[in-house]
Amino acid sequence: MSATLTPASRRRWPSGIQLLDSTLSGWTALVMLFLYLPILVLVAYSFNRSRLNIVWSGFTADWYRRVWENGPLLRAAQNSLVVAGVSTLLSVLLGTVGAWLLHRYRFRGARGLQTLVAVPMVMPEILMGISLLILFATVGMGLGFSAVIIGHVTFSFPFVLVAVQARLKGLDPAMEEAAQDLGATPLQAFWLVIVPCLRPAIVAGALMAFTLSWDELIVTFFTTNAASATLPIRVFGMAKVGLNPMLNALSAIFILATIAFVFFSDYVKKLGR
Amino acid sequence: MNPMVDLRGVTKRFGAFTAVNDVTLPIASGEFLTLLGPSGCGKTTLLRLMAGFDTPTEGSVWIGGEDVTHRPPYRRPVNQVFQSYALFPHLTVMENVGFGLRMQRVGAAEAAERVHEALALVSLTGLDARRPHQLSGGQRQRVALARALVCRPKVLLLDEPLSALDAKLRRSMQLELKRLQRQLGITFVFVTHDQEEALTMSDRIAIVNAGRIEQLGTAHEIYHRPATRFAADFVGQANLLEARLLLQDADTVQVSVTGGLELSLPLAAWPAGATTALLAMRPEKVHVSRARAPADFPAAATNIFEARIEEEIFQGATDHLVLVTAAGTRLAVVVANESAYGEIFHAGDRVFCALHADDLVVVRAE
Repeated sequence: MSATLTPASRRRWPSGIQLLDSTLSGWTALVMLFLYLPILVLVAYSFNRSRLNIVWSGFTADWYRRVWENGPLLRAAQNSLVVAGVSTLLSVLLGTVGAWLLHRYRFRGARGLQTLVAVPMVMPEILMGISLLILFATVGMGLGFSAVIIGHVTFSFPFVLVAVQARLKGLDPAMEEAAQDLGATPLQAFWLVIVPCLRPAIVAGALMAFTLSWDELIVTFFTTNAASATLPIRVFGMAKVGLNPMLNALSAIFILATIAFVFFSDYVKKLGR
Repeated sequence: MNPMVDLRGVTKRFGAFTAVNDVTLPIASGEFLTLLGPSGCGKTTLLRLMAGFDTPTEGSVWIGGEDVTHRPPYRRPVNQVFQSYALFPHLTVMENVGFGLRMQRVGAAEAAERVHEALALVSLTGLDARRPHQLSGGQRQRVALARALVCRPKVLLLDEPLSALDAKLRRSMQLELKRLQRQLGITFVFVTHDQEEALTMSDRIAIVNAGRIEQLGTAHEIYHRPATRFAADFVGQANLLEARLLLQDADTVQVSVTGGLELSLPLAAWPAGATTALLAMRPEKVHVSRARAPADFPAAATNIFEARIEEEIFQGATDHLVLVTAAGTRLAVVVANESAYGEIFHAGDRVFCALHADDLVVVRAE
């Protein structure tokens, strides 16, 4: 009896799962399409000979050449690299040392400080931009590179701090004592033992800080001047005048760089393990 | 001779909590001393005071004849093996063991030689390039030991270093540590809550309870002559009997213990002038036999009484009995699985018991 029943039921159950399977994969495909179709179109039209984004009139790499020959755009890219690089460096320093001090020393108000440190991560950027602008105006500091970098450090160092803090929680507190027991001064113990243990978190935080700074628009908008305009500021300005396939080409380069960056950071994370 | 480590009137408070309460503890050079006590008793704090991770609230810490009370850990001639081993995950075995020498700026050639020497000492060779996560628990333990020993400390501090190992490995590491300590002649201060570990390895044991040292002595002294109720109870098993003085003659006293059993013990053992006292008696000290044969009992067994076996729990090598005497006193007794008289006991048996007066130890109630 059961021998005759089993095959039938066996045939019915998989069909249910198959249905679920195909529904789920269909849904996944739809989501991926939704995410990446605009990007694909953007990249495709960066090779379009027409100035108009809607009509395909033939293949050309001319827009890429024009990006390359556009002095202000290159200057902006250079500015972006400088701003992102310097603000990442400062964020890593501030975030790592800050996380260590918050983790290692107990003092009154530590909890409140912890919350305050996390606030810039969720605060609307427009608020940050305005408040920084008011601050710089009040203290009489001119806008430009320093202002932009200070602004970027303000919202990106908490990301480093939080990443490092999470790592510190999992770190054996005896590690620092062991280093000191073996003759390392507190500074040597921090530098030779704690920092290497924190490296994966520091790298992750740094990548986060760099990415945030690299494409930041609003805070930069409030703190920059003509000489320090970053790439997002320049692109925003160009888009206001009118869409141009040069922007497509620029975006395609951006996307390529981002993908390379993601692969690089994955690689670094694997090295850290 | 001056002690190698000397705690003088050391007290350590954390806020309102007193972790260590007025402890004075001289430890001789080349001694294997164990701090034994339950968790939270202050034994780890004592070790941390010696290592320099904590500074005493009162009192002073001396190592090698120098006052090191306010000297930071990185300038003390001691090294520690941590409970979690605390190996540096980003360094290889070789680099871990060499860390202390690197801090002392020992030359590369000499350092390499000393690292290999230390690794050979703990029988761990051929794993130089491994990282801690590629080692077994036992191997990590050895690396931690080598890393501490390579610095040639005057005192090696060990904070429950064997607690993460399985029972069999722990047993062999106990013997190996003891051998190593004899071979090197370094002073070892070992912290554990495991009484068996303490008895196996130590020259002397300090029983720590509630921030104080309850008793300091050799394994034999601690086991056979516990000083306090806590010491008797924490190391091995003990019958604790409240004794009331009945009568006293030239060299013995007669007492009645909890439940009504009457026992006699030497007058010298009884606290002068006291009418009550607490007695501790080890379960294996009672000789048990079904036949009334005082002749078979040790000649000096001055206390002989009758009892009924209420419970019998066979444990392989030993047989654990719960006896109730005619008077109603309950005693835990351990006998060899076959008693010296070739008897096997069962619950319900009526037996005769003999107890040497010297095996009744008066302990301080607190």
